Amino acid sequence: MTEFLQHLANGLSVGTIYALIALGYTMVYGVLKLINFAHGDVYMVGAFAGYYLGQVLGTEKEPSFVKAAFITMGAMVICGALGFAIERFAYRPLRHRARLTALITAIGVSFLLEYGFQLPPFVRSPIEFPPGPSPRFFPQLLELGEPFELFGATVPRIDVLGFAVAVVLMLGLQWIVYRTRFGTAMRAASFDPQVAGLMGIPVNRIISGTFVLGSALAAAAGIINASSRPKIEPLFGLISGLKAFVAAVLGGIGSVPGAMAGGMVLGLTEEYVAGYTSSQYRDAIAFTVLILVLLVRPEGLFGKGQVEKV
Amino acid sequence: MGRARAFLRSVAPFLVGAPILALLQRVIPPGWQPVAVNAGVDVVLAVSLNVVNGFTGQFSLGHAGFMAVGGYTAAKITLALAGVKIAFLPEIVSDQLVFALALSAGMGMAAIAGFLVGMPSLRLRGDYLAIVTLGFGEIIRSIIENMKFLGQATGLSGLPAHTNFAWVGISAIATIVMARRLAVSTEGRALFAIREDEVAAEAMGVDTTGYKVRAFVISAAYAGLAGGLLVHAILLVTPKMFTFIRSIEVVVMVVLGGLGSVTGSVLAAVALRFALEGFREFQQYRMVVYALLLVVLMLLRPQGIFGTREIWDLAPFRRLPRPRPLAPAPGGASPTEVRDDAGTGRRA
Repeated sequence: MTEFLQHLANGLSVGTIYALIALGYTMVYGVLKLINFAHGDVYMVGAFAGYYLGQVLGTEKEPSFVKAAFITMGAMVICGALGFAIERFAYRPLRHRARLTALITAIGVSFLLEYGFQLPPFVRSPIEFPPGPSPRFFPQLLELGEPFELFGATVPRIDVLGFAVAVVLMLGLQWIVYRTRFGTAMRAASFDPQVAGLMGIPVNRIISGTFVLGSALAAAAGIINASSRPKIEPLFGLISGLKAFVAAVLGGIGSVPGAMAGGMVLGLTEEYVAGYTSSQYRDAIAFTVLILVLLVRPEGLFGKGQVEKV
Repeated sequence: MGRARAFLRSVAPFLVGAPILALLQRVIPPGWQPVAVNAGVDVVLAVSLNVVNGFTGQFSLGHAGFMAVGGYTAAKITLALAGVKIAFLPEIVSDQLVFALALSAGMGMAAIAGFLVGMPSLRLRGDYLAIVTLGFGEIIRSIIENMKFLGQATGLSGLPAHTNFAWVGISAIATIVMARRLAVSTEGRALFAIREDEVAAEAMGVDTTGYKVRAFVISAAYAGLAGGLLVHAILLVTPKMFTFIRSIEVVVMVVLGGLGSVTGSVLAAVALRFALEGFREFQQYRMVVYALLLVVLMLLRPQGIFGTREIWDLAPFRRLPRPRPLAPAPGGASPTEVRDDAGTGRRA
């Protein structure tokens, strides 16, 4: 029972991360029908942005709540800008080409971020940038004290806080998508970009906004993940990104609630399967799930099936 | 007549190639020989991937997985038969026969893996297919990493050094001949039809799934061959050699040379391998340059350097004797250039 609860806690902690990243994939796929391969790396950049902001602010010595909030916000802004730039300079010029062109570009952008961050630092002060290939350790943002004990399972307090922040962000996103003008325009653009354009919706601006929103969520995910698992390196976004993509497909790509549910389900599945069998197969589990989903129910849990018209 | 001609077309490249290979072996300084061997392996990889990504227009990101299957199979066989000597034959001949057997077995196993992966995943299109093949590549690696019998993460070492210039050269020529012969055959045209428009091809009676699976199996088999050659050149096989990054390297070669252009793939593979070796001091910048190359290429020339054309379709080579085109040469339109008329419209 204790083991079961421990896996539940760990699974939820990982699942929220996947869910937050998956939201970015699903929103971009919704409006552009593009798998934004570079999204996992935006998540990585988010964690590094937090790391550098922490260095500049000196959180190492005296962590405080205000600083933590500032770091999270700052990382979200930086990644939002990065997402905007990626869309503007890499994807927009290819908007009307075949989708494979955009996919190859996305892979290129992803590799550019991963390997660009692995270069030896050429900026030394005030921060060492790029960070280089060796792992860095994310500073402790808050001092929260002893972990909770729940029926024998230990739950670090930072995980609880991270979970709460993630839930708040997801509710916020839900509000933006379903209750604001921007959200309505986004859903319209996702439904049919051409008609949305004819109806006077500035589709380009909406697409940029979607990238900014998704990237900011990925940055938040990066911070939350790094505060509970502090080892960060330039390549760690790749696998998490791919898994989050699996989560998005599992939930039904293009569906916002689907991405949240898919992330949770994937996090829990991974934790339970790896926990009760062999943790060696952890990375293969997500891909197995993906293949099963695509074979059995390609539209995902929440997606609607589509008929191809010629 | 037709049959004799076809036979000649398959055999002539080897006859022409053999002296060129012998010459190359003498000309290339010994320090660069291993690089040349690597370049040859890359040619096999890039040309075979071109059959799926270029000819058929499907986007596979799992080439390294098939390489791993071929490499491990061949390694296991040469290790098991290391001391075995076939009766009546001198040791050298016997060793080469064992190696040939190992390579063929590697190709066979990789082809089986290609079939197993291709059957379910080729129902998917475009980007989904890309991710699923990537997933399969990682799953294959993950399975190998967990098999005691295959040495887990440390892999297998102490392989006999069978791969040499001749083996790699002949394999590369064989792959190129396969690709060119395929391109001018009925099957090849079916593949091109699938690339241009899958729905239309199906309406014209092309068994799209069947052809896609066949292309996938052929491509996987040659990736297995490349794997077998590679592991016997560096005398070691570990799961780390076959990561997703390796697949991307091959994709860069194919995309750079032009999706659908065999000579483009060959040139891109050789050029990239030698360039990488030449700029060894800048090792850490290599992947950054790859990435930039991909992005810039897609922005400026999405069809790759050669597009779907071969080198003899280009103006300076027009006067040379060349294979008679069976159909009017395509105008260099590539699958990545086809405009999705629905804008960003829905297409599942």
